[in-house]
Amino acid sequence: MSTPAVTEPILDVSDLTLRFGGTTAVDAVEFAVGRAELFAIVGPNGAGKTSIFNCVSGVYRPQRGSIRFDGEELRGRRPDTVAQLGIARTFQNIELFENLTVLDNLMLGRHHHLDYGALAGLLYLGKAKRAETENRRVVEEIIDFLEIESIRRSLVGMLPYGLKKRVELGRALAMEPRLLLLDEPVAGMNLEETEDMARFILDIRAELGVTMVMVEHDMGLVMDIADRVLVLDFGQRIALGEPGRIQSDPAVIEAYLGEAP
Amino acid sequence: MDELIASVVRGLGIGSTYALLGVGFVIIYRATKVINFAQPALMILGGYFTSLFATRAGLPFPVAVVAAMVAVAAIGALCERVALRPMVGEPPFAAAMVTVGVFIVLLIVAFRLIGTQVLTVGDPWGLSRTSVLGVSVAQVDIAKIVISLVAIGVIGVFLARSRLGLAMRATALDQEVALAQGVDVGRIFGLSWAIAGALAALAGMLIGTASGGIEATTALVALKALPVIILGGLDSIKGSVYAGLLIGVAESLTRTYQPEHAPFLGANFDVVVPYVIMMAVLMVRPYGLFGTPEVQRV
Repeated sequence: MSTPAVTEPILDVSDLTLRFGGTTAVDAVEFAVGRAELFAIVGPNGAGKTSIFNCVSGVYRPQRGSIRFDGEELRGRRPDTVAQLGIARTFQNIELFENLTVLDNLMLGRHHHLDYGALAGLLYLGKAKRAETENRRVVEEIIDFLEIESIRRSLVGMLPYGLKKRVELGRALAMEPRLLLLDEPVAGMNLEETEDMARFILDIRAELGVTMVMVEHDMGLVMDIADRVLVLDFGQRIALGEPGRIQSDPAVIEAYLGEAP
Repeated sequence: MDELIASVVRGLGIGSTYALLGVGFVIIYRATKVINFAQPALMILGGYFTSLFATRAGLPFPVAVVAAMVAVAAIGALCERVALRPMVGEPPFAAAMVTVGVFIVLLIVAFRLIGTQVLTVGDPWGLSRTSVLGVSVAQVDIAKIVISLVAIGVIGVFLARSRLGLAMRATALDQEVALAQGVDVGRIFGLSWAIAGALAALAGMLIGTASGGIEATTALVALKALPVIILGGLDSIKGSVYAGLLIGVAESLTRTYQPEHAPFLGANFDVVVPYVIMMAVLMVRPYGLFGTPEVQRV
């Protein structure tokens, strides 16, 4: 199985191994993601897709391997310092702050861009005020971009599912990430919502040039928009390549449909 | 009528110090979901340090107060780092028990520092009186009300408007997700303890003003913050302010009128009143007058 070499990858994962007790969730997985690439990870349930995301973002501690982001090793970093490097993520089961407004959720994404201290904030000094105003402007641009102007002051808990997904994407964008991890961005969405989300994902790449890694079960979407696809089964990499090639790969067909008689 | 106004002003004065203590509880609760039982000990240390800086070190009174607030904020942050940080991820109840331990440790330290003395904090108000609506009231009561409300106002704006305030609210709602936004959750915990410590120090100073003075057992006064936060709601700063003032006034009115109108309740019944109110609230509105029930889409 040949892998087209990626020159100057933004994310370079090698020999990544994660075990929970006797279960190997991720088994010596290797892949590299190029700049501004839209990279998809697919595989049956329990294949280790989300585990890879959790390793990258510092939630899980892999036993072996390395994860290099723009040359920097991510292994051993805490989730907050990974986020501060410019890696944002969305979650499989939407993890928004339900009791806060859409605006507050997005402002939270700006947290590490607001670098005034507690004392300046306490006295609401000029610096703090300027920083808040500037960041509010960035957030408003994202609200425009995702077409959620009408709900900006709503409590997130009151929104329907599809909009929550969009708000969560907005919060990740508010971090102005260099790498965006999307965990099942269209899970549970109807056709129309899926098409909207696909459009936003393509716009993010076209207009903002953000590199994205996406875990997704919706094969139609993956084949339509991904540049390259990594296929996992039982924690192991079984294929990596362009969508067209993946679809006809015998190992992939076997993992999804079972062995041919 | 004069008696009534004087009694209400006295109640507002003591009530505003309860409000300060209550806000300290609320800030720690909102960020960490932990009820901080060490708050009374932080208060007594605040009174001690104010006295130390103002009367023994001879600093000007406002400087001494700020220095005491900084000192107790540092003690609060240190307690959080040493005793509470290892409890991150543990059930809030277990962490609350740790704060009881912190309370006992700090209280013993305070007992050793203060001993059997009654410390004066060196406040400029003393026993002077001024006139409100033609009624003579103690200046110190006015000072308590103004200083407390200004301090709480500054903190309220900070929490509502600044990035750290937002990060504190987010941390309270979901630590994992706050981490994923780049929020240093440990630092937020430390900050909430530092703010609560500074407010407790201010309350300790105010309770020690005028004829009061600080002695080791003054810490028990701070227990009245419990009825305040139950009444106001554990997560509401506004609730703490209203509840603090309400309980202060209820206590003061009882002290003024109960011996005459309901003598069968016995002496010092005013001490019981805050807890009576607390029990009544627990029966009808367990989340307090201003506490927020969860927003949920069903």
